[in-house]
Amino acid sequence: MSSHVTVDRLQFALTVTFHYLFPILTMGLALFLAYLKSVAYLGGEHRRLALLRKTAEERETYDRAADFWAKVFAVNFAVGVVTGVVMEFQFGTNWAQFSNFSGGVIGQTLAMEGTFAFFAESAFIGAFIAGRQRLGPRMHWIAALMVFTGSWVSGFFIIVTNAWMQHPVAYVIHGGRAQLQSFWGLLGNPWVFWQYAHNMSGAVITGAFVLAGLGALYTLLGRHPEFSRICLTAGVVGALIFSTLQIFPTGDQHARRVARYQPSAFAAMEGLFPTARGAPLVIIGNPDTQRRRLESSIEMPHFLSFLTSHRWNATVKGLNDIPTSQWPDSVPLVYYAYHIMVGLGTILWVMALIGVLLLWRGRLFRSRRMMWALLLAWPFTYIANIAGWTVAETGRQPWIAFHLQRTAAGASPPGSVPAGTGIFSLLGFMGLYLLILILYVVLTLRIVARGPQEGGPPAETAPPRVATTAS
Amino acid sequence: MATVFFIVVAFMIATYVVLDGFDLGVGALHRILGRTDPERDEATSLIGPIWDGNEVWLIAGGGVLFLAFPKAYAAAFSGLYFGLILVLWLLIGRGLGIEMRHQIDHPLWRAAWDTVFWLSSAALAFVFGVALGNVVRGVPLGPDGYFHLTLFHILNWYALMIGLFGLVVLSAHGAHFLAWRATAPLANRARSWARGLWCGEVLLILGCAWPTYSVRSTMVTSFGDHPWRLVFPILALGALAAEFAWQRAGRWSRAFLASCAFIVGLLTTMAAGLYPYILPAHEHRPYGLTVDNAATGHHALAVAIVWWSIAIALAIVYFTVVYRLFFRQRPARA
Repeated sequence: MSSHVTVDRLQFALTVTFHYLFPILTMGLALFLAYLKSVAYLGGEHRRLALLRKTAEERETYDRAADFWAKVFAVNFAVGVVTGVVMEFQFGTNWAQFSNFSGGVIGQTLAMEGTFAFFAESAFIGAFIAGRQRLGPRMHWIAALMVFTGSWVSGFFIIVTNAWMQHPVAYVIHGGRAQLQSFWGLLGNPWVFWQYAHNMSGAVITGAFVLAGLGALYTLLGRHPEFSRICLTAGVVGALIFSTLQIFPTGDQHARRVARYQPSAFAAMEGLFPTARGAPLVIIGNPDTQRRRLESSIEMPHFLSFLTSHRWNATVKGLNDIPTSQWPDSVPLVYYAYHIMVGLGTILWVMALIGVLLLWRGRLFRSRRMMWALLLAWPFTYIANIAGWTVAETGRQPWIAFHLQRTAAGASPPGSVPAGTGIFSLLGFMGLYLLILILYVVLTLRIVARGPQEGGPPAETAPPRVATTAS
Repeated sequence: MATVFFIVVAFMIATYVVLDGFDLGVGALHRILGRTDPERDEATSLIGPIWDGNEVWLIAGGGVLFLAFPKAYAAAFSGLYFGLILVLWLLIGRGLGIEMRHQIDHPLWRAAWDTVFWLSSAALAFVFGVALGNVVRGVPLGPDGYFHLTLFHILNWYALMIGLFGLVVLSAHGAHFLAWRATAPLANRARSWARGLWCGEVLLILGCAWPTYSVRSTMVTSFGDHPWRLVFPILALGALAAEFAWQRAGRWSRAFLASCAFIVGLLTTMAAGLYPYILPAHEHRPYGLTVDNAATGHHALAVAIVWWSIAIALAIVYFTVVYRLFFRQRPARA
């Protein structure tokens, strides 16, 4: 692979991975913000639904919790926005031949993301952050719901775009370019639904563990007990619900789509070299692509066949029956990323389960060990999310659009963007993103150190001195 | 159908420049007009809740360009690589500048981010002008539909001139916005700058006319061939005259609207002069990208015009709600 393609790939990998760190929390936290605001706004003492049966004081606590998370959300959202603009334009700058080839199809969903999701999101985030004093409780609640909807719709269109690259449908090739043949076929791509569900559930897990992690931190410090309880409860319950959904049905179903449509990626994920009837599921092992075998592995017989087709003796295609020119260019990367994702997912599910059991027994807030575990757990949700995307994106290789266009053929022609040019911008992005990361960490730590507003009379009514999207 | 999308893209770019144009203009004058911290605070809080929404028009416009004319998107963005990367970095700088300044309550912190905001906004206004200048001038498209311009070829004399024009027009736009929305003494300073920049606009429009004809004669002759297209330059010149009249009358909200109309007039004039080209080649090269040879298939465009209309109607609703929310209070009269 020529060096300019390598540089383009590195730059895209860096910018998209760095960018995605922020939408994970935006989308995950948006759900919890919508929940907190809904309890605060819709709750009452005589509501039939137990979730909403809250006294005025409790509702005020929920509102303050939402106010606090809105601050974290604002900084996170701002960084997501400034790093997100880069993504769309990079299709044109570094992947011009891919853009030219596929723009008629995926331009559709990218433009829909901009027009349907971003307008709603950007218009209402400013209003939401300006605060409930300025908007009144009803409008503030609506703004929270719109921000949530916007961020999830945005995620949907990105998944439809990615799903087309993973499993191209609803196109015809005309004059060497893909053209849209069926709009509903594009949106109804069989790849879309489960990938979207799996991805969003992953984002909510991060949101849940961040919520629980901060609640655990304040509990260990003996600060903000009411706020911590709300966060811990919503966090562990949310974490259990969504980490269960993450495994079944979303993970299960999505893996079956991969097995059906991308056998090369699936075989790499599982480290499966010979095609096998009743294929085993590998728990641990190291793939050796030279000798085409798995070293020192622990396997569960027949399980892989069962998981892919619900039949114990089904045949699963191995890498040996796929030409090496169509293997992902790093089988070990796909394999390890997949196993890291699955391993972490399982551990996080167990943690969430223990958390909910302790909550049920009324011991969660007093268990220092559990507080420590929750405090340290949330970074691993990010790793699991990023590892999952690594599987999706490196498993698809060597194709940029699966079985349609090779990645090397999708980059900008070296005559337009030579490798040196790409290295220059790659280095620039590295420096700039390092700066952004430092700013993000410093500002978020400051918000955490200050903590939520304590009890007492309802929040002071002075409007914020300045009201920008991250005041 | 491709022509419809030419209009759609032109509409979205024009809306972007009108809306984000005043954010950039306020930014470009930020440390000139705002002499004290509270004044700069006022300026940023006026655009604070809306700049992000305004920037979305650029992202959405880029998306529609990608969808409708993938070949032009691919060629322009890879060929003007450095220009685009610079725009991305400056957009990051501008966004950080405005969002970071009030995160830490210290004058030095705010002054530092004010400077970032100021310089990146001014540079963006300039670079957008440079980009448009290069499109008008034409790029060295090859038979494969791609081209390559190094940074110093992007910065050719004509593009630099249009870049300066862009900076002046958007600064004037921002000054009119502040003249209308801000309070004294910031508004007073903005008003005198608005008057001065108006003269700059007139001078540059006169100064750019002949060079534009010399780099691309069809930019002028197409109006002779299709006289109805003269409504666009007439709109621009009429708006410029109205801007002057309302400045004199002290009607700053109307002068700001005239500035919006002036920008729309300029960009539509440019679009009308370029049509049917989206990305023309240097004159006398046959590989220019037109609405026909760069457009995607009919089905994609037919579907897109349906959902695009719905989405834009929704966006207009959101923007009306939010702008009313933040512009509800009349500014205090100076």
